Amino acid sequence: MDLTVYMPDWMLTHGPAFLIALPLLVAALTAILPFRKLAWWTTSLVTLILLLTAVALAQFELANGAKIYEMGGWAPPHGISLSIDALSAPILVLIAAMAFITMIYAMPATLAEIEPKKRAPYYAAFLLCMAGLLGMVVTGDAFNVFVFLEVSSISSYVLVALGASRDRRALVAAYNYLILGSIGATFFVIGLGFLYMETGTLNMADMARILTELDGGSRVAMVAFGFIIVGLGLKLAMFPIHNWLPGAYAYAPTQVTSFLASTSTKAALYLLMRFTFFVFNPDFVYVDAVLMFLIFGLGIIGMMFASIQAIFQTDVRRLLAYSSVGQVGYMLLGIGIATTAGLSAAYLHIINHAVIKGGLFLALGAMWYRFGITRVDDFRGLSRTMPWTMGAFTVSGFSLIGVPFTAGFVSKVALASAAAAEGYWWAVGFIMISSILAIIYIGRILMVAYFRDPPVIDGKPCVKNEAPLMMLLPMWALAFLSIAIGMNIFGASDIVVGASERAAALLTGALPVAIGG
Amino acid sequence: MIADIFEQYNYAIVIILMMTGLYVVFSSRNLIKKLVGLSIFQTSVFLLYISIGKVTGGQPPILVGDHGGHGGTDAEVIYSNPLPHVLILTAIVVGVATLAIGLSLVVRIREVYKTIEEDEIEALDYAYNLEGTGSSPLAPDTGANS
Repeated sequence: MDLTVYMPDWMLTHGPAFLIALPLLVAALTAILPFRKLAWWTTSLVTLILLLTAVALAQFELANGAKIYEMGGWAPPHGISLSIDALSAPILVLIAAMAFITMIYAMPATLAEIEPKKRAPYYAAFLLCMAGLLGMVVTGDAFNVFVFLEVSSISSYVLVALGASRDRRALVAAYNYLILGSIGATFFVIGLGFLYMETGTLNMADMARILTELDGGSRVAMVAFGFIIVGLGLKLAMFPIHNWLPGAYAYAPTQVTSFLASTSTKAALYLLMRFTFFVFNPDFVYVDAVLMFLIFGLGIIGMMFASIQAIFQTDVRRLLAYSSVGQVGYMLLGIGIATTAGLSAAYLHIINHAVIKGGLFLALGAMWYRFGITRVDDFRGLSRTMPWTMGAFTVSGFSLIGVPFTAGFVSKVALASAAAAEGYWWAVGFIMISSILAIIYIGRILMVAYFRDPPVIDGKPCVKNEAPLMMLLPMWALAFLSIAIGMNIFGASDIVVGASERAAALLTGALPVAIGG
Repeated sequence: MIADIFEQYNYAIVIILMMTGLYVVFSSRNLIKKLVGLSIFQTSVFLLYISIGKVTGGQPPILVGDHGGHGGTDAEVIYSNPLPHVLILTAIVVGVATLAIGLSLVVRIREVYKTIEEDEIEALDYAYNLEGTGSSPLAPDTGANS
C-alpha cells in the first residue's frame, strides 16, 4: 500500500522536521495534562501519526531517492540538514512502529506498573525518548546527533527509574545507566570535538568529503575515531562495556524495556554504521583495522560470553537482556566483515532482533502482569495457564534461536553466508555455537513452561488466566511479524531484505549519496 | 617536551581534569562522589571545546566599527571562532540535566535504601535476592486490577 498518495504535500516536504517537532511539543503538553486517561490517548495518537509519516517518508525515499531537508532554509554545510536516505528511513519506521506497538500494550501495563500521578509524566518521557531516537537517526549534523542522543538517554534514565514502584532495584539500575551513558555520550562529544578540529565542519556529508580529500586525515582524526567508537560502544552495549544493560532492561517497566531493547541500542548501531562507513571510510587504514580487529573480534567474544552468561541467569528478564548483548555481537560481526553482504546481514539482524526481542519482552511483561512471574522456575505450567501468551513467547523464542521459517533464521543465514564468502569459516562456527547456546537458555524456559504442572497454591492448582486482549494483540503482532519475515508472507521478507540491501549499498558507496543538499 | 606542555597548558589542564574525573567516577563507591567525578569529566570537555575556538590574535566575535546595521565583516579583523562556544552552551545544558536527574535518583535511592554507599546497597540487594528464592512470588495484588 502506497501511503505517499494520501499524505498532504507539506507532510512530505517537512516530514523530517515534523518527526522530531511533534513528539517534542506533545511531550510538553502531555506532562501537564489534567486527565490521566487523556495522556494515553494523545501519546498513542502521536505515535500512530509518526508511524504513518515515517512509512510515507520511507516509501517516498524508495521511489524518489534520498531527501535532504534544510532546517530553517539554511543550506548545508552551514545549516543543519535532516536526511532521509536508504540507511535512516527503515530505522525511522522501526522506531515509530515499535513505539506504536508498545503504546497499545501500555494501556493495561502502565495501570499495573506506574503510580497514577506519575502516568502523564511517564508518557511525556516516553515521547521525549522517541523524539531523541528519531532525531539522532534523521539528522545529518554531527553535533545534533549528540544532542538527540542525550535527549533520548536522559529520558530513558527517567523511564528506567520509573520501574521503582515495581522493583526498587530499578533506581540503582537507572543510576548506573546514567553514569555509564553519560560517560559514553561525553566520549562521543570529545570525538566530535577532535573531528571538528580536523575538518572544521559539523555536517556529516561534508566531514566525509573533507576526510576523503585528506585521505583519512592526521592523528587528530584517528583520535576522534577512537573516542567516537568507545562512546557509541557504551551506548550500544558492545561486549566489555555492556554492564549497564542487564540491570536497566531487567527492572524498567515492561513497555520501556521492550521499546529500549528494540530501538535504543539499534539507533546507536545505526550511528556506528553511519560513522564508520559514511563519515569515516573503511578505505582509511585505521578504520579498517578497528573494524577488522576490534568490532569483529568483540562481536564474536560478546556473542559467546553474553550467551553463556544468559544461561546462568535465574531472572528471565536478565536472561533476555544478556541475550540482547549477545545479539548485538552478531550485528557487530556483520559490521566488522565490512562487505556489502555483511552490512546487509547486520542491518537485517537489527530489524529482526528488534521484532523478536520486543515480542519476548512484551510476553514476559504479560506473565508478570497476571502472575508476577520473573524467574525461570515460575514458568511451570504456563502453557496451560496462559496458552496464548506462552504461544507468542515460544514463537519469538524460536525466532531468537534461529529456527527455520522465522526471522532469526533469515538474518543468521545471511550473516553466516556473508562470513563464509569472506573465508571466515571459523566465524560461521561461532554463529552456530552461539545459536546452540540460545537453544539452551530459551529451551530451559520452554521446558519448564511445557513439561511441568502449574503450581498449586492453597491446595488448588492455578487456573487459566489469560492476558488481556490489549496485551495479546501487540505481542502476537510481533510474533506474527517474525514468522512473516521468515516465510515471506505478504512479501515481508522481500521488503526487509530489500531495505537492508539498499542500506548496505549506500554505506559501501554503490548507491549515490546526496552530499550537502 | 616540558616546554610544549607549558605552551599548551590549556590542553594539559583538560587532560588532567578528564583523567581526574574518570578516576573519581570509577574509584569511589559513594553515589554523590561519582556524580562529582562525572561533572568534572564533562567540564574538562567544555574546556577542550572552548580552547579549540581560540584563533591566535583573534578577538571576541563581536562586530567592530559601524556597519550601518547590515553587519558586513571587516577583512582585517580576526575573530575567534564562536561556533565551539555555542556548541558547548548546549553541552552545558545537557550536563546540567544529567546532573539533575542523577541527583534526584540519589535522593530516591536514599529514601528507599537509607544509604548512598554502593557497597551497602549491593549487600541489601543481595539479601533481598536470597529472600526471594524458594518461595514463589505469585502475588496477584498488583496484577488483578485490570
